[in-house]
Amino acid sequence: MDAARGMTSLRAAVTAVRRVRGANRWTLLSGSPKDDAKPMHAYANPTRFLAIVKPLTPWLLGAGLFFVLGGAFGGLAMVPGDYKQGETARILYVHVPSAWLGMGGWTSLAIAGLVQLVWRHPLSGIAARAIAVPGMLFTALCLATGSIWGRPTWGTWWEWDGRMTSMLVLLFLYAGFIALTSGDDGQPQGGSLSRGAAIYALVGAINIPIINRSVVWWNSLHQGPSITLRGSSIDGALLWPLGLTLFGFSLLFGAIVLMRMRRILADNRVSARLRRLADEED
Amino acid sequence: MKAKHQRLILALVALGGVAGAGVLAASALRDEAAYFRTPVEVQGGKAGGGEAMRLGGMVAKGSIVRQSDGLTIRFVATDGKASVPVEYRGIVPDLFGEESGMVADGRMRADGVFVADRILAKHDERYMPPQMSEMPKNMKAPAGV
Repeated sequence: MDAARGMTSLRAAVTAVRRVRGANRWTLLSGSPKDDAKPMHAYANPTRFLAIVKPLTPWLLGAGLFFVLGGAFGGLAMVPGDYKQGETARILYVHVPSAWLGMGGWTSLAIAGLVQLVWRHPLSGIAARAIAVPGMLFTALCLATGSIWGRPTWGTWWEWDGRMTSMLVLLFLYAGFIALTSGDDGQPQGGSLSRGAAIYALVGAINIPIINRSVVWWNSLHQGPSITLRGSSIDGALLWPLGLTLFGFSLLFGAIVLMRMRRILADNRVSARLRRLADEED
Repeated sequence: MKAKHQRLILALVALGGVAGAGVLAASALRDEAAYFRTPVEVQGGKAGGGEAMRLGGMVAKGSIVRQSDGLTIRFVATDGKASVPVEYRGIVPDLFGEESGMVADGRMRADGVFVADRILAKHDERYMPPQMSEMPKNMKAPAGV
């Protein structure tokens, strides 16, 4: 009984492969010469994409670690504490990059969703999937470090003010996106996003300017922006390690995303090969 | 017109619609999403009648007075335009002090004193080394308030 059911699903998979073979050649890794003519799709060929990304990943990882460790050493050992908060202010060297990457992560995820919807670029869905988990991780890190800082500074672990609430909404948006794009049911082939997931990514982007403006639009417990276009109200003596950790964490984020994209590509390759094998047996 | 361009225009129009809806919602929430009321709003009658509310403002210079029981403090919360006297019995956060921000949960008493049952310190956006805080005000980093 089970064996018969297995054969049926295998046959269904094979038919599905045959159906998409013409339309979506890329999943079967036969680079089409037509793609090369379009600049948008020049790196849609995974071989070409991997040729650049493979050597780039360790450099990003190494440079990211270097800057994060340098910034952490500067922030923990070299700069003085804040005039009012004392030592607790040092958490900003992790908190600010986490917030930046949590929000930047969703911004790039939304751009990937737009590229997927409009241009159907085969790497866009893969990029969006690769960004979601580290984006959510940094959002969680931002909330956790903020909470740890809030207890001694404000006198509370958590308050429902505009900044904190909108950042928590971002965490839930990430969770929703991961839930929408995981599992096998109803997922398009080759790691691209379903239309629903791509639209969700775009609509969720409305939260990003809300997070950014939340401390300006509404009275909030969280302080206003320290770094604006007009300058920084964080004194230069305390500011420089933040530059290092911001840059370093961003490079690390890039490295993680590229590694995850390579993993998804490798998964696709395996399943494409399995399907081809099933195709030949048929 | 190619299908790709149609999709692009459709996506941009939809995006504009969503952004517009977001801005409308945010501006409609302006009062509701405020974390606290300022003294000028409290005096303007926006909140009162003994209902639970949150008051935020600067602690006026020289206004903190400790009562004889050693636990109750009184101070004046101000936003530069109006000020409200506050009474609180309990322990305040370390960063609570004169000329810095605070947020108090509580209610207005009939005599116009705000009775707080919890006080939080509000930090501003300035970060600087300790020795710099003793410099004259105009030497400090831009406050940007």
